[in-house]
Amino acid sequence: MNGPRRGGAAGAIRFTFDGRALLARPGDTLAAALLANGIGLVARSFKYHRPRGIMAAGVEEPNALVTVGAGGREEPNTRATDLFVYDGMVARSQNRWPSLAFDAGSVLGLAAKALPAGFYYKTFFGSAKRWMFYEWFIRRAAGLGDAPTAADPDRFTQRAAFCDVLVVGAGPAGLSAALAAAEAGERVMLVEQDRILAPSLVRDPQDLDPAWAEATAARIGELGGRILLRTTAAGYWDDNLITVSQRLAEPGEPPAGGIAQRLWHVRAGRVILATGALERPLAFAHNDRPGVMLSQAVRTYVRRFGVVPGRRVVIAANNDDAYLTATALRDAGAEIVAVLDTRPVPAGATSGFPVHNDAMPLATKGARHHLREVSARVGGKVMHWRADLLAMSGGFTPVVHLHMQAGGAALEWDDASQSFLPGGARQNVVSVGSAASVAPVGPTPPPENPGKAFIDFQNDVSLGDVDLAWAEGYRSVEHLKRYTTLGMATDQGKTSNMAALGRLAEKQGVAIPEAGLTTFRPPYTPVTMGLLAGRTERDAGAHLRRLALFDVHQAKTPIWQPLGYWKRPRAYPQGGENLAEAALREARSVRTAVGMTDVSTLAKFEVSGPDAVQLLELVCATTVGKLAVGRGRYTFMLREDGLVFDDGTVWRLAENRYLLTSSTGGADRMAVHLSYVRQFLCPQLKVSVVNVQEHYAGIAVAGPTAKAVLAGLIGEEVPRHMSAVGASIAGSPVMVLAASYSGERAFEIYAEASLAEPVWNACEAAVTAQGGSLYGMEAMEFLRIEKGHLVVGGEVDGRLTPHDLALDKMLNKAGGYIGAAGLARPGLTAPGRKQLVGLEAIAGTIPEGAMLVTALGQPAGGHVTAAARRVLESGSIALGQLVDGFARHGEELVATSPTRSQSAAVRVVAPHFYDTAGERYRD
Amino acid sequence: MTSYSALGLLRGVFNDQSHWQPAWRDPEPQANYDVIIIGGGGHGLATAYYLASVHGIRNVAVLEKSWIGGGNTGRNTTLVRSNYRQKPLHDFFEFGLKMWEHLSDELNYNVMFSPRGALMLGHSDSDMTRLAERGDAMRVDSIDAELLSRDQVAKLEPQLDMSRDARFPIEGGLIQRRGGTARHDAVAWGYARGADRLGVDIIQKCEVTGFVRQGDAVVGVETTRGRIGAGRVAICVAGHSGHVAAMAGLKLPVESQTLQALVTEGVKPMINGVIMSQSLHCYISQSDKGGIVMGGDPDNWPSYAQRGQPMVTQGAIAQAIALVPALSRLRMLRTWGGVTDMSFDGSPIIGPTPVPGLFLNGGWCYGGFKATPASGWTYAHTLATGTPHKLNAPFDLGRFARGDTIDENGVGPLPNHR
Amino acid sequence: MLLITCPHCGPRAQTEFSYERTVDSVVQPGAAPAEAMARLFTRANPRGLDDEIWRHTFGCRAWLVLTRHRMTHAITAIRAAGPEALP
Repeated sequence: MNGPRRGGAAGAIRFTFDGRALLARPGDTLAAALLANGIGLVARSFKYHRPRGIMAAGVEEPNALVTVGAGGREEPNTRATDLFVYDGMVARSQNRWPSLAFDAGSVLGLAAKALPAGFYYKTFFGSAKRWMFYEWFIRRAAGLGDAPTAADPDRFTQRAAFCDVLVVGAGPAGLSAALAAAEAGERVMLVEQDRILAPSLVRDPQDLDPAWAEATAARIGELGGRILLRTTAAGYWDDNLITVSQRLAEPGEPPAGGIAQRLWHVRAGRVILATGALERPLAFAHNDRPGVMLSQAVRTYVRRFGVVPGRRVVIAANNDDAYLTATALRDAGAEIVAVLDTRPVPAGATSGFPVHNDAMPLATKGARHHLREVSARVGGKVMHWRADLLAMSGGFTPVVHLHMQAGGAALEWDDASQSFLPGGARQNVVSVGSAASVAPVGPTPPPENPGKAFIDFQNDVSLGDVDLAWAEGYRSVEHLKRYTTLGMATDQGKTSNMAALGRLAEKQGVAIPEAGLTTFRPPYTPVTMGLLAGRTERDAGAHLRRLALFDVHQAKTPIWQPLGYWKRPRAYPQGGENLAEAALREARSVRTAVGMTDVSTLAKFEVSGPDAVQLLELVCATTVGKLAVGRGRYTFMLREDGLVFDDGTVWRLAENRYLLTSSTGGADRMAVHLSYVRQFLCPQLKVSVVNVQEHYAGIAVAGPTAKAVLAGLIGEEVPRHMSAVGASIAGSPVMVLAASYSGERAFEIYAEASLAEPVWNACEAAVTAQGGSLYGMEAMEFLRIEKGHLVVGGEVDGRLTPHDLALDKMLNKAGGYIGAAGLARPGLTAPGRKQLVGLEAIAGTIPEGAMLVTALGQPAGGHVTAAARRVLESGSIALGQLVDGFARHGEELVATSPTRSQSAAVRVVAPHFYDTAGERYRD
Repeated sequence: MTSYSALGLLRGVFNDQSHWQPAWRDPEPQANYDVIIIGGGGHGLATAYYLASVHGIRNVAVLEKSWIGGGNTGRNTTLVRSNYRQKPLHDFFEFGLKMWEHLSDELNYNVMFSPRGALMLGHSDSDMTRLAERGDAMRVDSIDAELLSRDQVAKLEPQLDMSRDARFPIEGGLIQRRGGTARHDAVAWGYARGADRLGVDIIQKCEVTGFVRQGDAVVGVETTRGRIGAGRVAICVAGHSGHVAAMAGLKLPVESQTLQALVTEGVKPMINGVIMSQSLHCYISQSDKGGIVMGGDPDNWPSYAQRGQPMVTQGAIAQAIALVPALSRLRMLRTWGGVTDMSFDGSPIIGPTPVPGLFLNGGWCYGGFKATPASGWTYAHTLATGTPHKLNAPFDLGRFARGDTIDENGVGPLPNHR
Repeated sequence: MLLITCPHCGPRAQTEFSYERTVDSVVQPGAAPAEAMARLFTRANPRGLDDEIWRHTFGCRAWLVLTRHRMTHAITAIRAAGPEALP
């Protein structure tokens, strides 16, 4: 091409392409602006790095992909035809080195004959490492744009919307349908992917005055309808849910409000698809050269953008679109050197153009990446024309993507237009306009050199590749697609699938509808990942919950430990202590004086009502009925398959009122489980289960002087071990449960979360006065491991029975609990099961998570679930699971961690290292 | 049949590649076979290949209701690894991983197995301990595993967000360097070509509609292309196991659920290996074509539809961007769903059924692709000898009632809790 | 994303609900071990209609019984849980 061909004033918008400063006019797509600046070579194809220009004017563009934007806004693979130029826009070509015009990768094109479809399946044999050597080069040659490297500075939002009618596409059909619905009083939402209403009317104003579109839109607005431009309905899901992407800024453009795009989840009563039709290219040799464009696209550039993409034009078509384009070009001053019509006889008004019937392009020739010559077979003879633009039309394909995504939808073959039209559908959806019917076409002669006749332009798939796939047995349409990569490029085969289907049907000797169809997968056009993530990507959709006493802890600058959606203090270092030092000091404080810690996150359920015991004795595998009022006991819960999945304590607070606690990590699971039992399994029980996990904050006070601390705090008799009393601390009502996880005499104090801070402060003052300290989760681990208490997610891993965990003596002998039936399975009592053991180091430090092996390194059938050091004495201890472990006490093994190069000689012992008789609980 | 080689491709320069033969025949079904395999996915085709190549049983038909490799073989995220926690899974998947290393040569079909490393990220000290435990368990069972520091992870995958204030900060990782990806379609096609070469009949568009019984025993199948007799009938239709087994009156420990995956537009290399996470539920890799391939959790409710729900992929994408922020401006190109057999302990089922003559291979949950060679190998052994191979013996159908489940995650029998 | 009509709350997005289990998996307290294990460890898992237990987790939290088609996702019946809801 030879420079801009548009009249009027030069553009006012500045942008760059490959570093060249250029001007565009308001309303230009990048493609229009490049054409206006005489730039025809825009991109390189995926496989052979063939020079490519602009073929289309819409979202179906396979060739003209660019990278636009800078830094975290850089968007690779952006279609130049779907990108409106903004001031300061930076665009560059991609998949080329060192430059677009001289691309070293184009040597692949020279080797194309040796690199047919699926060539990689037939070579690069040898070891996997050898394949990786070749793959290194393949991966760098493949891909399209460069990968972005920076985080996205902009935000994406999501919204829900509900309407009676969603109309997709604001062309004449869509606008008419939306207006009719709005006038009938329906809530209407109309979305249009383009930036203007009814772009087809600008292209073909002979059909209807473009001003009609504005007037219609205004009327829809008056009637309460919502019209969103630059908005694409990309996914059609169940129950008429449509995901709709709205651009608030162009790709790479800094958004005015900080929000780049908005994702709408639209639930529509019914959907009207006015999605239009896409023009198909023709297949002939070198049909991919810059300067070969779709006929309608040419008309769009001429009429909408005022750009005439060529001066000497050949038009080739199997339908009447050729004549519309010829007229538009002639009106714009271009010379029509030939109209090649595949139909054998002239069709209606040809207006004096040099029309050749029974004509089909044979090939193109070019120079310096520009089109120079078109040859065609006309009747029996070959003719040549010098030309700088070839406009082609192989007919039209209705955009049925959303119709088909809706599921349970059918297509009907229309022989006249050689296209699939939307048929019946399971959901409430109809198609209108050219999405429902398109113009008839004449014959489409097959190319004489199929190897160079491209159908999937981006992936360089030719009709020759289709033939090869067929010859090699890849004959279903899905095999064809996967073997040749046809239709798998970023345009998703919008312009290529019908040509491939036609060829396949021809090979099979069947009609096209019998050749099969590939699935129409969402999205219709690619959707930005950040938009789909919405605003949650920074926290991965996992919000943190704040402890009621968060501020109190934060003021002490603890080391925080993530635990599910909580963060809990792990230790409170003082004076430059590291974690281990702080935790040991804290643990020793508990063993020798007193310590306090936040236990608020424990799962807590208040179970009340006359049938509370029945419910608890279903959920808990231990007896509950014999508990006296004011007493509590340890309990554990089984899944229906008989394996232990959680543990905790159960307290009888009043005649018919119980408190059940269980693990932090299992809190949600337990809440669902209780709800299932209460609401579904036993709705007849007169019982209420209330989740009070976050209603109460909890403080544990533990240590030899804990009793004295508590006595001072509540000013009355403290409860004995496993008893509960109500009291008041710092003016707040509290519930005091005498329970211990540390092995010391200990109390859990529960206060309503909003009243917890004064309780904490009073406790802290009392503990400090006794020479005690705060302790975090690390110290708690030390203490509980030494005492041999279980942790859910550690020893309790969902694979062990009560017997394996040495809990079987506590099972409710009367049975009747959930899991009793599962527990009866023979495998749950057979030899060879893993069982809970203690481990003490003979030498070295036991690594947590280490495997147990024999002195000779043979697997011993066990591992370390939790390891710690003894709190007061020296030495490394651990809990673990070991096959038949109960019978292996005294055995000497090695706890080995090859990944950390650590190991320790260990002795298998009972899982209790401290106060095995439980004397420290007694007063 | 023409052997595949670079030389063959060069020869094609002079004949427009016209010397290649169909990769497999398109035979009419015979009246009887020694073994009928229901399901022409990777597992069924691999089973047929090993029946013929290892056990010399060549009078075998693979019946495919649609086109081969079109189910979960063509719908997964192509990950290959053996980084499990438990011994029976180690033994099985590691055996398979070793087979992957030579599969292209074995089949004379490049399945593009690329051991680029399967990296599992840890986001806290406790994650790192659990990763070490997994790695140690692998190492003790003679499987490669390496614990990586933060710096090593950052070097391996420069696109990861290594900031300390991230919601899920990256503290390190566990890598199985021998893990990686393969080309999923090629696995089905390579096994099909190999099996066909040995005389196996691959019969597409042939849907099984019932079983032919003689007394209790299954002695053949009814199909859309007529009745076909068989010495042994092997179900190999993961995703649809429940449906097919029901035709024989069997109820299975399986619930079918949809699992979705997605791919972005292609870009130049940005993700080097496979990225997974101990705390998040997304897995990310980059295909040779440049697309970022990723997936997440199943849709978590029963479904036989190959269409998932948008919010499930949206959640997985949010997690992926949290790990790799530069994914934000890439565009999702395609999303699709596959129907998975969610078994009731998360482990597969390979072995005889209570019905004489009828065998089952299924229950792969969302991890069947990597198992293709080992699954075919052990299933072929089971079908040829009538008894399980020692590798698949633990994965029998009777383990649920017996109480010998192999529950990697310890979550019990309800698959949506997995 | 399905639109599920909660008998208490009316039509709501599927994101408010969670699937819990199938009706045929329900083990009644006191069921004999063999029957209990058969229910727990085998499913009809039909490629058609089945009865499922869902919960309106982010709504009224009620337990619901749905009859739903496993291919089309069409919900043909929905009722609040309770003995009378079980088929």
